[in-house]
Amino acid sequence: MKAQDAWSAPKPTALLVLADGTVIEGRGVGALGKASGEVCFNTAMTGYEEILTDPSYAGQIITFTFPHIGNVGTNEDDIETVRMEETSGVRGAVLRTDITSPSNYRSGNHFDAWLKARGIVGLTGVDTRALTALIREKGMQNAVIAHNPEGEFDVEALKAEAAGLPALEGLDLAKTVSTPTTYEWTETTWEWQEGFGAQDKPAHHVVALDFGVKRNILRLLAEAGCRVTVVPATTSAEDILALKPDGVFLSNGPGDPAATGEYAVPTIRTLVDAGMPLFGICLGHQMLALALGGTTQKMHQGHHGANHPVHDYTTNKVEITSMNHGFAVSAGSLPDNVEETHVSLFDGTNCGLRVKDAPVFSVQHHPEASPGPQDSHYLFSRFIEQIENHKAKVAA
Amino acid sequence: MPKRTDIQSIMIIGAGPIVIGQACEFDYSGTQACKALRDEGYRIILVNSNPATIMTDPDLADATYIEPITADAVEKIIAKEKPDALLPTMGGQTALNCALELDRRGVLKKHGVEMIGAKADVIDKAEDREKFRAAMDKIGLENPRAAIASSPPILDEEGNITGYDRGAGYAEAMRQLDTIGLPAIIRPAFTLGGTGGGVAYNREEFEQIVRSGIDASPNGQVLIDESLLGWKEYEMEVVRDTADNCIIICSIENIDPMGVHTGDSITVAPALTLTDKEYQIMRNASIAVLREIGVETGGSNVQFAVNPADGRLVVIEMNPRVSRSSALASKATGFPIAKIAAKLAVGYTLDELENDITGGATPASFEPTIDYVVTKIPRFAFEKFPGSEQTLTTAMKSVGEVMAIGRTFKESMQKALRGLETGLSGLDPIEVDGLGQGDDSNAIRKALAIPTPTRLLNVAQAMRFGTSAKEIHDICKIDPWFLEQIQEIVEMEQKIVEHGLPTNAEAMRMVKAMGFSDSRLSVLADTTEDKVAALRAELDVKPVYKRIDTCAAEFASPTAYMYSTYETPTAGLPSCEAQPSERQKVVILGGGPNRIGQGIEFDYCCCHAAFALKDAGYEAIMVNCNPETVSTDYDTSDRLYFEPLTSEDVLEILRLEQAKGTLKGVIVQFGGQTPLKLAQALVEAGIPILGTSPDMIDLAEDRDRFLRLLHKIDLKQPENGIAYSVEQGRLIANQLGLPLVVRPSYVLGGRAMQIIRDEEALNNYLLGTLPELVPHDVRAKYPNDKTGQINTLLGTNPLLFDRYLDGAIEVDVDALCDGEDVFICGIMEHIEEAGIHSGDSACSLPAYTLSDETLAELEEQARKLALALNVVGLMNVQFAIKDGEIYVLEVNPRASRTVPFVAKTIGEPIAKIAARVMAGEKLASFDLKPKKLDHVAVKEAVFPFARFPGVDTVLGPEMRSTGEVMGLDTDFSVAFAKSQLGGGTVIPEGGTVFISLKDADKPKILETARKIVASGFSIISTEGTQRYLENQGIPCAKVNKVLEGRPHIVDAIKNGEVQLVFNTTEGAQALSDSRSLRQAALMNKVPYYTTVAGAGAAAQGIEAFRAKSLEVRSLQSYFG
Repeated sequence: MKAQDAWSAPKPTALLVLADGTVIEGRGVGALGKASGEVCFNTAMTGYEEILTDPSYAGQIITFTFPHIGNVGTNEDDIETVRMEETSGVRGAVLRTDITSPSNYRSGNHFDAWLKARGIVGLTGVDTRALTALIREKGMQNAVIAHNPEGEFDVEALKAEAAGLPALEGLDLAKTVSTPTTYEWTETTWEWQEGFGAQDKPAHHVVALDFGVKRNILRLLAEAGCRVTVVPATTSAEDILALKPDGVFLSNGPGDPAATGEYAVPTIRTLVDAGMPLFGICLGHQMLALALGGTTQKMHQGHHGANHPVHDYTTNKVEITSMNHGFAVSAGSLPDNVEETHVSLFDGTNCGLRVKDAPVFSVQHHPEASPGPQDSHYLFSRFIEQIENHKAKVAA
Repeated sequence: MPKRTDIQSIMIIGAGPIVIGQACEFDYSGTQACKALRDEGYRIILVNSNPATIMTDPDLADATYIEPITADAVEKIIAKEKPDALLPTMGGQTALNCALELDRRGVLKKHGVEMIGAKADVIDKAEDREKFRAAMDKIGLENPRAAIASSPPILDEEGNITGYDRGAGYAEAMRQLDTIGLPAIIRPAFTLGGTGGGVAYNREEFEQIVRSGIDASPNGQVLIDESLLGWKEYEMEVVRDTADNCIIICSIENIDPMGVHTGDSITVAPALTLTDKEYQIMRNASIAVLREIGVETGGSNVQFAVNPADGRLVVIEMNPRVSRSSALASKATGFPIAKIAAKLAVGYTLDELENDITGGATPASFEPTIDYVVTKIPRFAFEKFPGSEQTLTTAMKSVGEVMAIGRTFKESMQKALRGLETGLSGLDPIEVDGLGQGDDSNAIRKALAIPTPTRLLNVAQAMRFGTSAKEIHDICKIDPWFLEQIQEIVEMEQKIVEHGLPTNAEAMRMVKAMGFSDSRLSVLADTTEDKVAALRAELDVKPVYKRIDTCAAEFASPTAYMYSTYETPTAGLPSCEAQPSERQKVVILGGGPNRIGQGIEFDYCCCHAAFALKDAGYEAIMVNCNPETVSTDYDTSDRLYFEPLTSEDVLEILRLEQAKGTLKGVIVQFGGQTPLKLAQALVEAGIPILGTSPDMIDLAEDRDRFLRLLHKIDLKQPENGIAYSVEQGRLIANQLGLPLVVRPSYVLGGRAMQIIRDEEALNNYLLGTLPELVPHDVRAKYPNDKTGQINTLLGTNPLLFDRYLDGAIEVDVDALCDGEDVFICGIMEHIEEAGIHSGDSACSLPAYTLSDETLAELEEQARKLALALNVVGLMNVQFAIKDGEIYVLEVNPRASRTVPFVAKTIGEPIAKIAARVMAGEKLASFDLKPKKLDHVAVKEAVFPFARFPGVDTVLGPEMRSTGEVMGLDTDFSVAFAKSQLGGGTVIPEGGTVFISLKDADKPKILETARKIVASGFSIISTEGTQRYLENQGIPCAKVNKVLEGRPHIVDAIKNGEVQLVFNTTEGAQALSDSRSLRQAALMNKVPYYTTVAGAGAAAQGIEAFRAKSLEVRSLQSYFG
């Protein structure tokens, strides 16, 4: 074979076409076909499987800044989507380096095969650092990601499609990832060699309002002594209260809090008014803020990583957290009876609030981690304390 | 909490001389600590005996004590300076141990000094095996299972120990077998290098090894550890503040499984084979360890082992201080651990401190995230220690390390391999012993089974022979993930061999992104490096530079700390973040990984060049790849490229920097041989070189040209010759006559330099030593033709023969020259006679025996040489003086190892001045005046012999020291004594001295012998010396040579009956006869001197040491 043939220029087998017309070429991995979504980045160095199964990423294409993704394969235990059989809603993955064979005793599947099986379109060979810088400068754009082993693309059509995609603002994506039916959750957290346990002696009953909840949140609630009833996002306050919970949890989830809030905010307001202990995370935090009279705003590039420092004013300590959000609560919009409890040390954005005279609090970051540092696990205990105090008050 | 105002002055203890296990990283951390705390307004009192450090520069501390780091000396400094606090965590184990000793003695309490950073009980809890184990148990973390089996002592009637009941010890060990399990590691207590120990895989082996171990141990004790061989090893770098905020700076994964010391391991950052669940377990465990041990503030390192089969995690150890790993982590992430740790020690919390790298856009309280892979590969010096085994074990043996940064593991590893400067351009082929002799499979197994410095090359070679990654993993236990990466490189190599170089930009970019150097590609494609470079240029494939920003591009970084990579285009062009400036710039090429002969002294010079040029208004740009150093701190220069020092990597940087602003020139004369080797390529590429021209540097190395120059200026050289082949070598040896000094040209540190005294030695040298120097590629080119290989080597690196000047005094002269004026910085007189490598000799500045006339003549000759060579910058000359004649041994028109020592002794920043002279300023503008010193500085070398059991400790022309110390006093003898103390010698104040000398030395020892007797020592000697001394009226008892039957001198040393050894010897037979006694002295820590001059200085030092207590004085006070 002549050198010419041996080195024939590799044809791109996948493209990422941004709404502004930028075309990024690479090698296709994962599912064939195309998908569209908003391009964000994540700077975590571990936990790609958890990230790709986090329902909060519904409607997004994730750029991984760490170059080696797939090195530890995938396994059943690290999935964060509750309904295993369904996709998490992540549309695509953009990677720097080709996927390697897995090397980890927990690995059950090759990452490429796993992406295929979950219908996630992937692209490798991309300078993900440059793409991240682009997002940093221009903000999160919509894009189409396409994978064709023959390398045949109608680039102009893809450009037009990307440009025509609706903005994430105003989209109620939670509905697409929330549970359609009510179910009970008893599984507790993962322990080395033990795997997952089960909560068989719950002390409290918590209803989790599912906007795209992660498994580890439910596990930590169970671990903390709760019987957990997970209900669809659209469940009314009356139906929730009819379940006689000791507390209500407002889950994380994708999309615009204002859109999902159209039906969820009134529900939350009723729950607050009912004096119910409430704990919210991420989208749950944002919608609680809306319910309390605050406002939210779309962020320029969002927070997506596992190294974000958050200052907890209540303990005066710094915790390193996992974050994944593109909207933030405007701290200045919070009414007087609401106190800002946490703030991002990266950019000063709001990361937590509590109602001064009610057992209600929430955080923007992900205390359940998975992936990421577990510094904020204590918030689950804080929730339990509030439930217990509330119970004691009611009893008295 | 803001900084503490109840303390005003802080003492920082450094790490002392560079030794294996403690290198430049503690200069890096100490320098950061000094700067950070001084910026906060504290008065800094610094103690460090190592003059080659940046931290001992007089402007870095308020009071700098270049004094021995012993509790005695530091106590005196404390009494004098009365510091409020002591920061013991910046100077490695040396500083921790010293601080603990001061605490134990009650010194700190007496003077009201508070330990900050780590308290005594914390250090103790982390360091004491039993306490540490108990602490880990308490927080539910596992340690490897371990036990100690001791033989009970047998006592006589008076209660003296007469022996040990080794049978009982053995029985005890057997009882422990069940708790520990197999395989088990058995280590006899109190033996050097683990003699008598080993790994037992079955019961029979266990019995056997325990038995031999108990016998080998002087007190019949063995330590039995659960074997974690083959487990994966990880490190976590943790920082904690007073508010209990804990952050992980970096995770490090060792490619070498457990069993190889982490300092000797090839490592990557971040960890690459952990799922998030496992990583978080390790993160939580690391933080729990810090909390339990009680490290209140600062950086610590926690080491873990993980069983790859099931993820079982055990804690190996923790260091409650900054370490080599924290330096690596700092460089790998851009997070300055030592600087932050110093600020935390005075009360700040993490959220109050800024992250410099993002220009303060983010606080220090976060965890760096990286978007590249960092590989560290250690560099070894086994070739300097013939007879030592090249096996890597749990005892560290490497002398330096290279770090490389790439976007992927492949790129990062291949960059590291070429950055090592061991002649590799990538995964070069390597000879595998026994291959092609019928049993290839076993030959490969053998090569893979034992970890050696070439293990990665062995892996690649095994793959070339068709061994599967699975098989390789089964043998060497390197994680399959890394093996697959290597496999892909090997496959790409094969593709290039078969099809030649890529013909289009995309494919070329893809190949380069795997980390292949042009040089490696040229070998694979059977072409030249120039042609590969030309093809790349034609295809427009060049590297881009990315910034190390601690945040994976989440925030913009104004800090120009960069590495190269090959990227695919994003929106048009590959994205490059270098942003060269419009300024006048100077590029300084560093020294690469430390090695014997090229270490911290050269980094000191490079840093000074950067400081000076910044001061002079230039943009200082540093290129280096040694993670331990100050030069690779991002704020030493204006811009830092963390890159291998090869012509390809350097030229790419220079072309990029030339694209904007003005490249005034490159400094190649400060980083040792590494940058000098690149000079030719730079000249050819039309890059301006500052200072002395490379041609003159070459002239000084070129025998023929240099000889002509010496003739011209009428200076003398020892008779000499040059040989380009083995045959010619014999001929020249014949002409010149023996003894001779022989060495290959173009080497630093006297590699393969020997004194040849007889025919046999000459033969051994030509056919035994030279073959070891043949590079891999030459070996591969001429297989089975040893002479052909050697002659190919000599063709480019001819052999230099010099007549050996027996008993001559050797002198080093350092000078500054601007082409017109010459300033003689210092004339150093060696303590040891000529023939001992200058880096291994002790020396005195000013000279201590030379006449004013000789000194004037030396100055004059140095001046002539500097002008004749048209030196612009620094120059070092080595002279020998014999029978009143001065001979020029060597001229190095560049920065030399002695520059920092001289600078500190004379109180002038000569490296800084040199850099500015090189940039065009005149010497006259620096107002340098020769001054008479009222003090004496003695430099002493420090050796790693204890790490290489079985290696002879006799000094010779090949350099083997790793570091140096300085003794400073107004009196030579005291300065010498201080240098010995600083080097770790315990100076005996009395007892028995053993003297055994070669005949020629006997008359020269008399004065010394009388002096030592007057100091209260008694002398014992073997027969010849004993008779001689007795005849001269010096009382002396006889002791048996080892060959003469027992009890002999080795028994006497082992029994503690000898406190000092003077032993000179020559000739193969005599050397081998007396070797065991030097070994015994080394192992029993008895000070020994192998030259008469060294013995003389020691006797003088002991006399002074006994006569007066050593006084301490700050460096600043000598120039007040």
